[in-house]
Amino acid sequence: MSDLAISVEGLAKSYLIARALGRQPYRTLQEEVVALPKTLWKRARGRADSMEIFWALDDVSFEVNQGEVVGIVGRNGAGKSTLLKLMSRITQPTRGRAEIYGRIGALLEVGTGFHAELTGRENIFLSGAILGMRKAEIARQFDAIVSFAEVEQFIDTPIKRYSSGMYTRLAFAVAAHLEPEILLVDEVLAVGDAAFQKKCLGKMEDVAGEGRTVFFVSHNTQAIRQLCSRCILLEHGRLVADGGTDSTMTVYNQRLRDMRVDAETGVNNPENRRGSGAVRFTAVSVEDLSGAERYTFEMGDTVRFRLSCTVNAPLRGLAVVVAFRSGISREIVTSARHVITTEVVEPGTSTTVIIDLPDIYIRPGEYPLYLQVSEAIQSPKNYDVLDDLTPPLVIISGSRRLHENFDPTRPYGVFSLPSRMAIEDSASLATPEESPVVIHKRPQILR
Amino acid sequence: MSRTDAQRQVMSVPATVVPGDRRPVSIRRPTVVIEPTSGWSALNLRELWTYRDLLFILAGRDVKLRYKQTGLGVTWVILQPLVAALIFTIMFGRFAKLPSDGHPYILFVFTGIVAWNYFAAVLQRAGNSLIGDSRLITKVYFPRLAIPLASTFSAMIDLAVSLGVLLVLMLVYGVPLTWRLLALPFFVGLTALTATGVSLWLSALNVRYRDFTHAMPFLIQVWMFASPVVYATTIVPQRWRLAYSLNPAVAFIEGFRWSVLGSSSVTWSMVVITSLVALVVFIGGAFFFRRVERGFADSV
Repeated sequence: MSDLAISVEGLAKSYLIARALGRQPYRTLQEEVVALPKTLWKRARGRADSMEIFWALDDVSFEVNQGEVVGIVGRNGAGKSTLLKLMSRITQPTRGRAEIYGRIGALLEVGTGFHAELTGRENIFLSGAILGMRKAEIARQFDAIVSFAEVEQFIDTPIKRYSSGMYTRLAFAVAAHLEPEILLVDEVLAVGDAAFQKKCLGKMEDVAGEGRTVFFVSHNTQAIRQLCSRCILLEHGRLVADGGTDSTMTVYNQRLRDMRVDAETGVNNPENRRGSGAVRFTAVSVEDLSGAERYTFEMGDTVRFRLSCTVNAPLRGLAVVVAFRSGISREIVTSARHVITTEVVEPGTSTTVIIDLPDIYIRPGEYPLYLQVSEAIQSPKNYDVLDDLTPPLVIISGSRRLHENFDPTRPYGVFSLPSRMAIEDSASLATPEESPVVIHKRPQILR
Repeated sequence: MSRTDAQRQVMSVPATVVPGDRRPVSIRRPTVVIEPTSGWSALNLRELWTYRDLLFILAGRDVKLRYKQTGLGVTWVILQPLVAALIFTIMFGRFAKLPSDGHPYILFVFTGIVAWNYFAAVLQRAGNSLIGDSRLITKVYFPRLAIPLASTFSAMIDLAVSLGVLLVLMLVYGVPLTWRLLALPFFVGLTALTATGVSLWLSALNVRYRDFTHAMPFLIQVWMFASPVVYATTIVPQRWRLAYSLNPAVAFIEGFRWSVLGSSSVTWSMVVITSLVALVVFIGGAFFFRRVERGFADSV
């Protein structure tokens, strides 16, 4: 039975939203003075201003033990960030209670408090102090921070002259040397290049390995799978699943699947959709060759997309795009565009196309899907996009050996393309058995 | 309520562990309890003390930023009050012939300007500080008081430079250095207290009402002419003096004059009244700030 680190009981946070006018959270004094008679009149008659209460977080309870690494998942607006902001005391709950046992450190963005005009040295102290470190602590860690960030020569240069890579490295280095007992991390990995993101992930694995409690909010389900043993799923501010990462992820993906495109569900909500409405997806599904719907495939499988759409206005041709995003950086890593027709398509036309991606060489991981249907000529508005509105494609390594140098345990990159090597001068080489190359359990990141 | 009672019990008798209680044995009491607070809450000075490094690093940041990329650097700090004093001397000393309690007008007005400039600088910087640091407020927790308080300290650098200039002026005009100068730190402290008190109100109001930014320079200017900066308190009719001393700026400006020039037209009763007003403004500001700070992250 381990010790408690966090105990959350019925935590809730509401915001007032102006219903009619898109009013700012702050007001001007002028507005207030002008509105005063009206406000008083309404108050006297017992009617509040036309404000709507929005529960960003609603009655959430859980307990976390020391040393646990807990992931929080959920769609945009599910309350993930609100939960972190409450636990880090940035904002106050409307109801409920949370008890934190131990020093808490929150990392809600990279480079909190950095100022462009100040030097690297000054920024380390500034950002460190803002994140909650004492001056002596920062001074003690200073050299470690600088060497982690690899900015030794530029430490007395204003950071406005830094490259964006240097800036991000320095910012993360400061945060990485914060030593709280409980660490809250929000989507920090969404910035920076892939190498940097892996470095961040590695650092967080270290932190978790040291027995500290980590709370990790991310859209990046792959990173969550990699880091967290336990996972909490939020939906509309409510806690809907709390358990092992695998079981929570299953629930999450099931929920996402329930929201897939069909006539009734939320994906048809115009707020989730872009484009003019001249063409709309009516159904999409991902299947294997037998026609069974699934989202998990082995490397080397064939992935089949079945896409149906309806045309609502005359269009000059029709084309579809199937693209995969990176589960980490969310960039599009591969895309396929197919022109269905270049002839004029009349309103009322419906069509279903099948797109096969045979022998996928994509490495194991989760790939959010980006699906688009549009007018065949480039059109600024006649399109429909489902961007990460379906469950992500999950690729697992499986047993198939795709090509000669295929090694499913080496998770570098996005693709595993076949490659060949020829040794030009083999005379001075040792035999492969005596190779001095050290294989690390977690591959080191080359910078 | 029962929960806290149980907790207290566990704390007083550490040997008995309540079954099923998984709170860490070493720290039975949570490090932090997060729950909604309402109404007025007291200042958490202990917490502010643990963040004292942040307070001074923030103040240091403001000072550094102020002098980076300025061509004349510290010269501005010397020049600005001197030029202002010169203009006031010509306008009000020569032309309008405002009384200066028998001191050389330029020295008289410069002393007032030194005190007033510090006061105004704190108001100006602290007033906009929460908006300027809104990114911090929405991304990390620390006592929000540290932000406006940092201005109280960062503006002291300029004050120190101005006091140096004042010392030179005193030597030039042959003003004797008396034991009263020892009281100057007290009046600097009073100025800081008054300025901080007002700036707590301003900074918090500025988060709620964004047009305070525009009102502030106006407020500061009006306040300056309502305070004995360019004139001596003696021009205020006797029967209005007590009402006049409700202006908390009166105490520190005349206090500066008293300790630097050796005499002043204010009476002790006036100093006591304005100091009390300053104290009330400060305490009120601190509580008001605490009351509204919980909403800062949601509205800044």
